[in-house]
Amino acid sequence: MQITLNGKTHEIDSDCTIAGLIQMLNLKAEQVAVEHNRNIVMRTEFDSCVLNEGDRIEIVNFVGGG
Amino acid sequence: MTFSDVIAQYPREEILEQILAATPAQVERALGSERVDLQDFIALISPTARPYLEQMAQRSHQITRQRFGNNIYLYTPMYLSNECSNGCKYCGFNASNKIPRATLSMEEIEKEARIIHDYGFRHILLLTGEAAKFADNKYLVEAIERIKPLFSSISIEVYPMDTAGYTQVVEAGVDGLTLYQETYNPELYADLHPYGKKSDYRYRLEAPDRAGKAGMRRIGIGSLLGLGDFMREAFYTGLHAQYLAKHYWRSQVSVSFPRIRPADGGFAPLDIVSDAQLVQMVCAMRLLLPDAGLYLSTRESATLRDNLMPLGITHMSAGSCTAPGGHGKEVESTQQFAINDDRTPEGMNAIIRAKGLEAVWKDWDSAFLNRDAM
Amino acid sequence: MAVRLSPSVATDALSMGATDPDRECIFPSKKIKHDVTSDVFMQGKAIFMDNLVIAGRSFRSRLMVGTGKFSSNAAMAAALDASGSEIVTVALRRVDIDNPEDDMLSHIDPKRHLLLPNTSGARDADEAVRLARLARAAGCEPWVKLEVTPDPYYLLPDPIETLKAAEILVKDGFVVLPYINADPVLAKHLQEAGTATVMPLGAPIGTNKGIRTRDNIAIIIEQAIVPVVVDAGLGAPSHAAEAMEMGADAVLVNTALAVAVDPAAMAAAFAKGVEAGREGFLAGLGTQQQRAHASSPLTGFLRDE
Repeated sequence: MQITLNGKTHEIDSDCTIAGLIQMLNLKAEQVAVEHNRNIVMRTEFDSCVLNEGDRIEIVNFVGGG
Repeated sequence: MTFSDVIAQYPREEILEQILAATPAQVERALGSERVDLQDFIALISPTARPYLEQMAQRSHQITRQRFGNNIYLYTPMYLSNECSNGCKYCGFNASNKIPRATLSMEEIEKEARIIHDYGFRHILLLTGEAAKFADNKYLVEAIERIKPLFSSISIEVYPMDTAGYTQVVEAGVDGLTLYQETYNPELYADLHPYGKKSDYRYRLEAPDRAGKAGMRRIGIGSLLGLGDFMREAFYTGLHAQYLAKHYWRSQVSVSFPRIRPADGGFAPLDIVSDAQLVQMVCAMRLLLPDAGLYLSTRESATLRDNLMPLGITHMSAGSCTAPGGHGKEVESTQQFAINDDRTPEGMNAIIRAKGLEAVWKDWDSAFLNRDAM
Repeated sequence: MAVRLSPSVATDALSMGATDPDRECIFPSKKIKHDVTSDVFMQGKAIFMDNLVIAGRSFRSRLMVGTGKFSSNAAMAAALDASGSEIVTVALRRVDIDNPEDDMLSHIDPKRHLLLPNTSGARDADEAVRLARLARAAGCEPWVKLEVTPDPYYLLPDPIETLKAAEILVKDGFVVLPYINADPVLAKHLQEAGTATVMPLGAPIGTNKGIRTRDNIAIIIEQAIVPVVVDAGLGAPSHAAEAMEMGADAVLVNTALAVAVDPAAMAAAFAKGVEAGREGFLAGLGTQQQRAHASSPLTGFLRDE
């Protein structure tokens, strides 16, 4: 199914969770923050939060800044 | 946070030590600073600064003219009631003084207010003692409602209130508060105020905070000079004023310099404050607080007031009578303290102008305040 | 020399034998600031420490460092190390899915440095609040450097959106450090809203021009009841020293380090600049004389008393 991830469309399996998505992208859960349809998802909910068709996901991490 | 928390951090012994240890170099640095801080202030109120008085006066004069131009703002007090349940040892209204007592009726208040208005005053200070049976918030609010159309600014110098009380009077039309701590020495305070509500030192100390929280536009404080030791009273007054300016930034802070005069109780000053010391305190306060109103009342002689005008004083009372109803008629009720200068407002105008200054009768109009929004 | 301590909320300092006349101590002549921004306490004998206190938390270093624009993570880490800084800003950005970068965070030791996420990129209050909450969800402590910069040319902070965001974030439990232009009234509004500091700019971000907003920063410092951190525009260690000499509580530097030929050496120099400025301030700087115009004597009326 299709979701929008960081502004671009992405194809993912149905029943994919946030945790699964993160793993699929080779990212580490401790290093990112996630927004699911403009709601912030707590790290403890990564496993339980299931993605649906058309969801908008933002995954951010820390970079250098002043 | 209130001022009680702050003053606790400045122990009396340590402060006295610091004042006495001030050096001429510290005084000179204070005189040269663009911004005078508490450390500089300590040097300026110390005996070490006495030889520098003329320089202090020149600097105070310069700062005052920069901030206030040539203006001397005039107001007059109106005593509404001299009933009082406190036992302040230095005050003519002391509950144990057998004097004729009076509380003006609303009609009398209005009549007196009109006389004052016709003199040309637009800034008025309402005073009472502390006796809820005769003059409480309800009485004050009613009086304010009556006289509001006649004045553009109404201040009060009455008993300390809780925040709700201050909010009430602010909403009724009060824009200024004058409340003297009398002395910042808690032990001396206890001795001088043996009974009555005024014996609560902390409640009084925190009253300006409550007024600030209630949105009072002007908050006036002061020590009664001649009670506690001059240097420390000067310090704690400056500390208090600076604290209020920082924490109630929308309010203007003012400082008064009431000096003990003979009262009907015959109270003699414990630590006489000389003219030179008064000048020193006024100038030091001006350097510490360039934007504060500095108030002088008719307690002082005409000569001294005239000489203090160019030095940093910005607000003066005129045409005063400290007995309730005193503007309008011969009164039996006794004065709170003896007046030294009873010249007329016209006289004041002339003298102020002769000093190259400008008498201001109306500076502010509370009609501009958006009270409906409060 | 008698010990003098400035008044401090850490009153346990006063109880730690502070009146021992044998102890040498710099008299913190300018430090009487009752709204406590400095911890003064004694450890053992004759050690005088002057800590920065923000939201009740104590820091030894008054130099905050940003992590942006470095040529490499290694350069950034070296500069951080050399700076002695304990508060380090970071930003939040979308992960580049196709090209995930080396995790910058792994180069920052969380035991030595408090991570201070900024809301750079936010153009209004909503975006800033969103970024702050994301940072918190990513595992940061709820501290945020609030930056709302809709102007892409000078990156000047938006005062209205900053105040709006500050009010929301303070209520949401954040420790808020707002980046602002040197506007004294705005600074009072923010302090009233409960921010932990105010951070007025010395000059626009990245310009390295030094302190161009000096007079207003002086007013902010005079009126402040929270620590004042001069942020942005500091291009040289002397600029940092100047800010500290004025009485600022700390400074934040980024660009000057990142673009230096030797960032680590520059960071060390800035640390010295901050210390020198602070010590000069505490020692009581001499002032330029303010000459009053000579006029007729004003106190002649006082008879000799």
